[in-house]
Amino acid sequence: MSDSSQSERHRLYWRKNLTCLGILLSIWFIVSFGFGILFVDQLDKIRIPGTGFKLGFWFAQQGSIYVFVVLIAIYVRYMNKLDANFRQANSSSN
Amino acid sequence: MFLAWSAIQLWTLLIVGLSFALYIGIAIYTRTSKRSEFYVAGGGVHPIANGMATAADWMSAASFISMAGIISFQGRDGSVYLMGWTGGYVLLALLLAPYLRKFGKFTVPDFVGDRYYSRTARLVAIACALFVSFTYVAGQMRGVGVVFSRFLEVDVNIGVIIGMTIVFFYAVLGGMKGITYTQVAQYCVLIFAFMVPAIFISIMLTNNPIPQLGMGAALTGTDGVFLLDKLDGLSTELGFAAYTSGTKSIQDVFFITMALMVGTAGLPHVIIRFYTVKKVKDARMSAFWALLFIAILYTAAPAVAAFARTNMITTVSNKAYSEIPEWFKTWEDSGLIAWNDKNNDGIVQYTNGLAFDGKPKFTADASGEPSRGSHGQRVIENASAEGSNELYVDRDIMVLANPEIANLPNWVVGLVAAGGLAAALSTAAGLLLVISTAVAHDLLKRTLKPDISEKGEMLAARFAAFGAVIIAGLLGIFPPGWVAEVVAFAFGLAASSFFPAIIMGIFSKRMNREGAVTGMLVGILFTTSYIVYFKFINPAANNADSWWFGISPEGIGTLGMVFNFLSAWIVCRFTPAPPADVQAMVENIRVPEETG
Repeated sequence: MSDSSQSERHRLYWRKNLTCLGILLSIWFIVSFGFGILFVDQLDKIRIPGTGFKLGFWFAQQGSIYVFVVLIAIYVRYMNKLDANFRQANSSSN
Repeated sequence: MFLAWSAIQLWTLLIVGLSFALYIGIAIYTRTSKRSEFYVAGGGVHPIANGMATAADWMSAASFISMAGIISFQGRDGSVYLMGWTGGYVLLALLLAPYLRKFGKFTVPDFVGDRYYSRTARLVAIACALFVSFTYVAGQMRGVGVVFSRFLEVDVNIGVIIGMTIVFFYAVLGGMKGITYTQVAQYCVLIFAFMVPAIFISIMLTNNPIPQLGMGAALTGTDGVFLLDKLDGLSTELGFAAYTSGTKSIQDVFFITMALMVGTAGLPHVIIRFYTVKKVKDARMSAFWALLFIAILYTAAPAVAAFARTNMITTVSNKAYSEIPEWFKTWEDSGLIAWNDKNNDGIVQYTNGLAFDGKPKFTADASGEPSRGSHGQRVIENASAEGSNELYVDRDIMVLANPEIANLPNWVVGLVAAGGLAAALSTAAGLLLVISTAVAHDLLKRTLKPDISEKGEMLAARFAAFGAVIIAGLLGIFPPGWVAEVVAFAFGLAASSFFPAIIMGIFSKRMNREGAVTGMLVGILFTTSYIVYFKFINPAANNADSWWFGISPEGIGTLGMVFNFLSAWIVCRFTPAPPADVQAMVENIRVPEETG
């Protein structure tokens, strides 16, 4: 097992980890602070059809929380796969 | 004494008693003398169980009782609590939990002290953990006393002592192991207790059994008028702002929400929950389960808020006292609702403004019976306030009175009491554990007396837990007037001290001890002075005109966090990099375990 390919694998793993975080946290920010706070008045002009919910209000009080749960679910699945690939790559080079 | 109790009180006693018996049973079953079990429950907690325990630990008496009430009075502005107290879990799951689990030790000061190879950093972390946890726990014990006094007419202080005894049992006997499994039981109690009335009221008002959907549905008995539109109309008619609009400035809402989210991710009693699972994969999973379990209550709460407010306005406002619903009279006797008939017309006028000064003080006649006014209402001796509003409503009514409003059977009321107690006790226990481990492990074992034996450390931990329970109880019996304010303080501090330090510790190999300690001190001092100035030294100036950039003390932790990052980065540039073994440790934290 070579040291440099091991640290190369570490680097690649960490980069993928950071990219995943970057994407998920951007969505986190946009949905909560964007839709629920900064653009809430504009979004309120839209109504969720068939309900009494104004869109901005809904994001602020309910929708953002649903998105948070989904974001963590996506994160867990992606990282578990990434970890499994990392371990496989490590063991196959031994 | 028992003969004088009503059916509701007997049911409450029964259900609360059963739940307490359950907790004590779990306490005895999980008692331990092993250090790893006392600190991190042996490291074998299943992710779903850990998710439930984290959810119960997180949701305090405030979440259970007060939050829906706060939202029902604040409308859209209440979203700061909804988003602020859930969004932080995304930060925890993505940025902290897996790495701290890989780091593996027992506490937050463990990580700060080791990562920054510094006694000073560890001591600063210990001081922060103690301060944050004590201020937070003061409110919890008081909450326990309040639930006892509301539901069982037991003196508040006796309620606090009963609560202390229960917590003492499972915290001192079983440490984190006892606490974790009682928290699982407490989650089940509290979620059932919150959802049952919520579902029934949702059906009553909108024919939809799912409160989250019912909130957007049309009111029963109307021609397809949506609940929220009706509520907006009612609010503006009475002189309030529309329910679905907000009155706080955008930047204040932004900063408060951010401070709450980031503060959540920096609270020691939440972070340590992720040390108790078996592996990194489980840490991530349990963050998912925790937020899912929390979200069930947090998405139902705004629905409860909207239902309760609509119901209160339509059944109480502009009604003659003689036609007022029964629940009004029950809670009038508890001092949570009161009527000051300013214009003597026998009708309850509800609008913006105060009904009278301060909390209601009811008068009694010579034989001790409560005095009643000409319409049968309880008489208050408070000075009347200006304006036409005649109604005083305590926010906690919005959840506490729900079962009666929905005409639910008596045992549901008992269930709500048990739920509120479960919420308060579970949070108190988590906080007490942080205090106990900060003293026994971080202060004694890792700083002052490294040669202490495992037995000695365990004894110190139990003593510290005992001492912390006593102090928490005293704070519950003699609450400093500033309890509610101080919880916001705790969040601001966590946001401006722990969160940046831990984030930089994981994501930057270059961040060194000089930078981190500087950052923490800058964050703490700035946030503390801002809050102390506006809340204690000069409260008259506590308004949007005097605030920096229009940010209230509740939101200033965000700015403190920014200053922490900035000052840490600057100092770090001019001081040596961390030693190689610390950098290797950071590398190790980031990489997956050998086996998944």
